[in-house]
Amino acid sequence: MSRRDRGSVWRFLLPVGFLAFTAATVAAVLFKDWMPPVASEHGKGVDGMITYILCAAGLIFVAGHLLLAKFIFTSGADDAPAYKPIGNKAEMLFTIGPTIFILLISEIGVLFIGNPIWGQVFKEDPEDFQIEVIAKQFEWIAHYPGRDGKFGPFRMEKYDEVDNIAALWKKDKESRDDLVVRGKLILPAGKACQIRIKSFDVLHSFNIPAFRTKQDAVPGIYTKTRFVATTPGDYEIACAEICGVNHYKMKAKVQVLPLEKYMKWLEEEPGFFE
Amino acid sequence: MSGEAAAGHGHAAHGEWECEPTPFKASWPKVMMWWFLIGDAVLFGSLLVAYGFNRVAAPAWLPQDKVFSMNFITVMTFTLITSSATMATAVAASRAGDRKNACLFTMLTAVGGIAFLGMQVYEWWHMIGHHGARLTVGPKLEGFPDVPAFSAYFFMITGFHGSHVLSGVFILLYTGFNALRGRNGPEGVELAGLYWHFVDLVWVFVFGTYYLI
Amino acid sequence: MALTHSHGTDAAHGHDHPSGFWSKYIFSFDHKVIGVQYLILACIMGLIGAGLSVWFRTQLAWPGKAGMSPENYVMAVTMHGTIMIFFVVSLSLSSGLGNFCIPLQIGARDMAYPLLNMLSFWTIVPGAAIMVASFFVEGGGAAGGWTSYPPLSALPKAAPGSGTGQTLWLLAMAIFVVSFTLGGLNYVATILNLRARGMTLMRMPITIWTYFISAVLGLLSFPALTAAAIMLLLDRHGGTSFFLPSKLILSGQLQTNTGGTPLLFQHLFWFLGHPEVYILVLPAVGIAFDVLAANARRPVMGYKASVFALWAIAFLGMIVWGHHMFISGMNPYLGKYFSISTLIITAPFALLGVCLLGTLWRARIRFNTPMLFALGLISAVGTGGIGGLFLATATADLHFHDTYFVVGHFHLMIGVTSLMGTFAGIYYWFPKMFGRTMNETLGKLHFVGTMVGTFVVFTVQHFQGMGGMTRRYYEYVNEYVKPAAALNPLVTIFAFIAFGSQLIFLVNFFWSMFAGAKASKNPWEATTLEWTAESPAGHGNWNEPPVVRGDPYRYGEGADGKGWKLQTDA
Ligand code: HEM
Ligand SMILES: [Cu+2]
Ligand SMILES: [Cu+2]
Repeated sequence: MSRRDRGSVWRFLLPVGFLAFTAATVAAVLFKDWMPPVASEHGKGVDGMITYILCAAGLIFVAGHLLLAKFIFTSGADDAPAYKPIGNKAEMLFTIGPTIFILLISEIGVLFIGNPIWGQVFKEDPEDFQIEVIAKQFEWIAHYPGRDGKFGPFRMEKYDEVDNIAALWKKDKESRDDLVVRGKLILPAGKACQIRIKSFDVLHSFNIPAFRTKQDAVPGIYTKTRFVATTPGDYEIACAEICGVNHYKMKAKVQVLPLEKYMKWLEEEPGFFE
Repeated sequence: MSGEAAAGHGHAAHGEWECEPTPFKASWPKVMMWWFLIGDAVLFGSLLVAYGFNRVAAPAWLPQDKVFSMNFITVMTFTLITSSATMATAVAASRAGDRKNACLFTMLTAVGGIAFLGMQVYEWWHMIGHHGARLTVGPKLEGFPDVPAFSAYFFMITGFHGSHVLSGVFILLYTGFNALRGRNGPEGVELAGLYWHFVDLVWVFVFGTYYLI
Repeated sequence: MALTHSHGTDAAHGHDHPSGFWSKYIFSFDHKVIGVQYLILACIMGLIGAGLSVWFRTQLAWPGKAGMSPENYVMAVTMHGTIMIFFVVSLSLSSGLGNFCIPLQIGARDMAYPLLNMLSFWTIVPGAAIMVASFFVEGGGAAGGWTSYPPLSALPKAAPGSGTGQTLWLLAMAIFVVSFTLGGLNYVATILNLRARGMTLMRMPITIWTYFISAVLGLLSFPALTAAAIMLLLDRHGGTSFFLPSKLILSGQLQTNTGGTPLLFQHLFWFLGHPEVYILVLPAVGIAFDVLAANARRPVMGYKASVFALWAIAFLGMIVWGHHMFISGMNPYLGKYFSISTLIITAPFALLGVCLLGTLWRARIRFNTPMLFALGLISAVGTGGIGGLFLATATADLHFHDTYFVVGHFHLMIGVTSLMGTFAGIYYWFPKMFGRTMNETLGKLHFVGTMVGTFVVFTVQHFQGMGGMTRRYYEYVNEYVKPAAALNPLVTIFAFIAFGSQLIFLVNFFWSMFAGAKASKNPWEATTLEWTAESPAGHGNWNEPPVVRGDPYRYGEGADGKGWKLQTDA
């Protein structure tokens, strides 16, 4: 059967297929912006990181497929004389070269572009606005510390689906002026916010695609993430960790206000127990 | 079981069907036993790491020496280590072709294992009866909070180790009996010995991490 | 009797072949029969797993038209993932082809412990049955994702499938682990101890190396899953709180658990989970090496480099599990560490890829079906690995984690690469299994459908992930995701194409078993040991023990212009 395959159509079909696949993928990257418009400071860095890998990895992707197509297309006929070794030096170069190249570009990317941005996301800065986000099946609740700048502690025993969704307690004096907003997160533009994330039940993930922000909500511990929203406007939270049947519906609005408007809103909104 | 298999195969492997020499010259039953034990070690390792993870995260833990009698635990440990020594003697006897002593010392090892299990049962009884511990309730101690995880890890880890000792005792009885009849392959006692030493070693780690630290 | 028999001692004399139907086909000790049994079980489970995906892909493309509720959806994705990873790819590639080819390629009569081998198979059968049965219990099958993270999977009230369904899921997984461990022990002992005379370690085909390494990885990593499963079962049924923190509120009610930590489960799970992905993909790469060499008519490039790369991947693969947990709430410094260490793996991985590609350099390619699949595998493993670069960079993972980018990436890896390797292996060894060849026309049709279908599906999914399309969603109701979700009908149509071509394969497989063209001893003119046995190879594989006299890939050698030489030739 081997003889039959000698002048096989596959010698053309396969390279054409691989090249078409490569061209289509590269075109898709070049001619369409797939990412949601970015609206946070570190988000631009994340996009920069992704662009860097796209360029570096794209190079490997294209070069690999070109070689694959070339090797298939130019392979000798089946009854050609026996295979001649390529020579150790050429083989070494061919194998070690790309290996080191990949190692270098990926480590340089993570060390010099990625890690500084990673650092921004997890920075602790007392200057930042503190906001708490509560996740529960299947909604998001924003919890602001109020005028005293202190979050009221959770009193899980006091939880009530209707009247006390944030499980606060009147008698705690830190709680009295706290703000609790269901299904909506109001944020200032141009000011760093640190979000403390709390889950009341199972895992969820606090994900604002436009900010390139994603952080799991883990019951039992606080997780933290930080960003600076750049552009006033409306965005969305979409839960990114499976949390049950209505995971897909677990969304909330994100409203970014200019700083003065945000401060005014904070001032005027009555506290949860006021 | 493994002993007979070893005999059967040893014949085939070195008789008609010649094989390339094995690294470390280990026979295949031994290779299997070693890898089984390595995997089992990862299993115990995972449980102990989980215990460490939870304990570091826990706000409070109980002082072990107030819950357990450390002297008693030391005796338990000593019993098990002694049984490792008798096991080593049994392996040596079996290598020397001394069936009687191979059987005797294997059985002695099993007796050590049974003694250990007895003490283990007493420990559980003490935890449950005396301290009021349950899988979900920590032992009650004057002046200390309830730490359910203390009990949960106790019952899980010692229970899991105990089940290994129990199966080890059965294997020893079976192997010892076969040793006397000469029905073990060249390696039967040795394989049982490997398993037994491993179970002892695990106990040393349990002792060190759960009881001492 | 049974025992001596199992060691092939009598078979050597050629007068003790098993005769009855039961001992020959059902409770056979013969590694080849057991391998085929695994393959058939994997085909059955594959139909179920793929059927589920057709169901939920229909829902995604045309919401509401598939007769699927959100409850069905989360169950279907969970069970699809579990069945595909553990009961299709593991069973066909690792257990099925592994059992078939290991003794044949190293020159052994059978596995080291054939009785145990048979038992591993018959242990997995009830495991598979329980997994399937869990669809029919109250609340349906497990619905917490194939990763089954607690608390979702620990609290029966958290999701409909977290009741009996999740218990059965854990039980089936435990059975799977037992069976896979017994199988792995056999692989390691067989490869170390039963190599034919002259088959030194560095003369083993790369396939054998990959099976050996993946067996070792399995033995080292599965126990972590066992530990996690024991603790999860205790949390579910013993009332403990290993993974359940204090004061959870579920459906408005305060839970009584105290003091556990959900992250612990994730660590244990991924300590298994990451090595598991290598367990699934390395043997596929190994098979591709064998098939490529045989049909490119040249030795593989960089045999030693590849073996080294495989060991490096295996070793590094044990210490990078945290790259699945960058945003799980794990310490951000650990995130940096796991990012850097994961990216180091790309080096040996690239080495392996380059050796695959280099094997085509100055080749004389024969375009038969196994070869087409091996060529497709090169592209799949490269493309998937490049997706890995994005995900392994923690900063980029902020955007990609738990989106369709991840779905596209791992499907290219453990979906496409593993299955291409499996198919290459099945088409390649079919003559040795049944003494017949599979139909080439159907095979090529199968290849085109699989290639086009899967590549479109999983490449497009990468772009959907860039659009922030989150995974495990019943329907896309968010505004920002509308452009990405608009591609869903396209993806679904190509998924149907991919699914349809697998039906061609099934027809071809079962039809050729009985009616395929008769095959000679060495139809591909390949050089490794299995081609010195009869097609189909009888019980005991050879009458005389083979003696190995050279490297596995002796293409381009040989006297009188033949151009190749068997491994047993002088
Ligand atoms: C170059 C090598 C690779 C790198 C750098 C890499 C990296 C990653 C990373 C970082 C993730 C986590 C993504 C996330 O959840 O956000 C991931 C997911 C995954 N990878 Fe890879 N990977 C590589 C190769 C492979 C291979 C060879 C396989 C399979 C054989 C594989 C299978 C998977 C699977 C199954 C997941 C998804 C798990 C889930 O459900 O969350 N990867 N990969
Ligand atoms: Cu969710
Ligand atoms: Cu991984």
